[in-house]
Parts: sequence; structure tokens; C-alpha cells
Amino acid sequence: MRNVVVRDAEAAAKDIKDGHTVMVGGFGGAGLPKGVITAVLDAGVRELVVISNNAGSSDDDLSLWFGAGIVRKIICSYPRNAQQFAEQYRAGTVELELVPQGTLVERIRAGGAGLGGFLSPVGVGTVFADGKEKITAQGREFILELPLRADFTFIKGHLADSLGNITYNKSARNHCAVMATAGDTVAVEVDRIVDVGELDPETIVTPCIFVDRVFTRSR
Amino acid sequence: MRPLSRDALARMVALHLPDEGFVNLGIGAPTHVADYLPSSSGVMLHSENGVLNVGPKPPEGKEDWDLINAGKMPISLKRGGSYFDSSLSFAMMRGGHLDVAVLGAFQVSRDGDLANWTTGDNGSPPGIGGAIDLAVGAKSIWVMMDHTTKDGRPRIVERCGYSLTARKVVTRIFTNLAILNVTENGLAMDALLEGTTVAGLQNLTEAPLLTPGKVRTIKQDGTVVP
Repeated sequence: MRNVVVRDAEAAAKDIKDGHTVMVGGFGGAGLPKGVITAVLDAGVRELVVISNNAGSSDDDLSLWFGAGIVRKIICSYPRNAQQFAEQYRAGTVELELVPQGTLVERIRAGGAGLGGFLSPVGVGTVFADGKEKITAQGREFILELPLRADFTFIKGHLADSLGNITYNKSARNHCAVMATAGDTVAVEVDRIVDVGELDPETIVTPCIFVDRVFTRSR
Repeated sequence: MRPLSRDALARMVALHLPDEGFVNLGIGAPTHVADYLPSSSGVMLHSENGVLNVGPKPPEGKEDWDLINAGKMPISLKRGGSYFDSSLSFAMMRGGHLDVAVLGAFQVSRDGDLANWTTGDNGSPPGIGGAIDLAVGAKSIWVMMDHTTKDGRPRIVERCGYSLTARKVVTRIFTNLAILNVTENGLAMDALLEGTTVAGLQNLTEAPLLTPGKVRTIKQDGTVVP
């Protein structure tokens, strides 16, 4: 039977390469897979393109990646209170693509759902429309927004079974459930791994078809 | 005349929210509005990170960092509340399912243009978050802000000087001096702080003010009387 459980965060990040695009779940600390942060650092990769809502704000999150200078570009909505990122941004050593939060998650959804993009009213008449195709449909102006996918997606769940079915805890679900659909390799850090059959099918938010690796954080 | 305190402004906004409305309170001063909803209020608060029916801050020691608001502070969930992913959360915004979004602002124009995401201050990285999605999608967009900048310049202007969040979206402006409605003809005075005159308010407002009907009076505690 399928079993996607791996030993630890290091195994979850195996085969990550220089230049990869990496999605990291979370809204602030909720839904952030913290175990993976150090595993990616230890893997020694550089020039990453990161897709995440924020850009790190404490000493155990994406700030570590910016501090180590391994991020070439970040695609995010709210890189505020992010000291390490801000230093690199001011020095011009990291590129920022600022995306409205709802557009960010919908671009990820489009990437995971096999869509070529979508028409959004968000940003019409603002700098967020610059350089994008405008399309009028049913008399309303829209911006064509293109999909986002990643080589690796790292997210945080609550419970997993060994097949890779995932539940989430409260608002820690945020971007994680959508990001799970849009990575070539999807690795999920969870609080606990249970036997197949233990999860109520009604509570499974991310079905195992999307999940490649599951691990619990080593303490 | 003393402008409304932050608390009184929050109370004034809270008293105007539609009973049983679905409401999103933006980060910062708008978040504070929740503290002034009457206990009998049926308002259901939405948080962009995937929570409907947000409850008050939990007691110290009872915080759950998996249950936070848009400002990333711990909250609780009221009975009948629910959790969902960010895509569904922003569908609620863009899809017009929220009755009111209360947002802070740097500037609002007479047409209801909103500038609330950047002052173009180079050096610190810009952040947009969910403000722009809210501004486009909610049925009514209310702004709450001080009537002028700290050095007394108008925030309610003919045209916004700052980079826009969205065009022609603001429907109502609550300041520490007045309540204004954005209408097709321009900015209509709804209520004025006691001790303030229409002419006095106009002096602090770049866009012209209309008084199409009776102007209500705002008391110092944020309540409004006919």
C-alpha cells in the first residue's frame, strides 16, 4: 500500500536544487512548516524563487533563508515586519514580486487546477495592472492573471495518515490547502501521523493524491 | 472642539454596522471596532486568513497560534464559526459576499478612490496583503481614519496623490470629525462632531462638501444623534 511517510524534514526536502521555485505555506507563523526551514538551509541550495504570503518576521522562519542569502526572488503579498528580507531588498540582492493576497492564492489555485490563468478585477486602475493584459468581459474590465506552480511545496498540516491524507488546524489551513495542489513535489509537516482509516473522510481537506511526502518535526 | 478619540471613532463605526451583517475589519484601527460591537450584535466578522465569526482575544495563557487574525494576533471563534482556506476566503471578498469592509486609509478622493497601501516611502519594502481584494469586492467599503494628517493636511482630497488601492470604491468615510457619504454628486455630509461647523470642516477637507439633507450630530463618545 502507498506510504508517503518520510523520516524527517531533511528527507522531505531531498532533491531540492539550486534555482528551484519553492512554495511555503503559512500566514505569519500559522501553517508555516518550520522544520523544513532549517532542512532547506542544510541542503545548501541557493538562488531559490520563493512563493509565500509573507517574507519572514521571526528567527525561525523565512528570515533564515534571507539571512543566508539563498533567495533570488520572492513572490508574496505582505513582506512587512521582515527585517532580514528588508535588508536584502534595500541592498538590491533580492527581487520582489508583490501580489495582492487573493490574487496570489488564486494564481496558485489556477496552477494546481490546470488552468491557464483567470480574469481578476483586483488591481484594475492601479500599479498592479502594469504590464498585464487587460481583458473586457461582459462590460467589465479585468486583468489576466497567470498561474503559479512550484518545484517543491512545503506546508504544515495537523494530522496525516500514511497515504498522505491531510487535515489542518483552525486558521493554519490558510494558503496550505491550495499550495498542496500546485507543487511537483509536495511535502507536508504534520503534528501527528495516524493509521489509514483513522481520519474521518469528511474532515480530510487535502486528499492524498496531492501529497508526496509527510513527516513530523523532529524535536 | 476636540476630535474623537480612537476609541470613540471605533464606537461610532461599530454603531453603524448592519445588524447580522458579514463584516471584515482591516488591520490596525479598524480591528479595534470589534471591541465596541454591542453584545446583542449579530454582526459576523470575517478574517482574510480563513475564519468566519471571529470572537474576542482569548485570555492570557489561552492563546492558540493556529487561530489568529489578519494582524496575526490570537483570536477566538464564536459559536457557529468556521474555518476555510485562503482561496475560499478571498472568494468571499471578490465575490461580493461581504456586506461591509472597514479599512484604514492614507487618502480618499471625492470619487471614492482609495489609497491605503503605500506612501511611496522608499527604503522599506511595500506590502499589499488583502487590502486591495477587500476594496474591490465587499458590497460597501467604509474608510475610518483621522480627518487630516498629523501636520493638519487634508486626507480627503480631489485626487489621491498616493498610489491607488482601488478606484471609485469607497462608499462611506468615518473620521474623527465627521461621517461623509460618497455619492454621485460628491461627498455628502451625514454627521458632524458637536462644536464643529460645516465651514470649519470644509477648511480641513480638500474636496468640496455637500449638505443635501439634515446633518446629524456626533457626540464626544462616538454616539450620533439626529
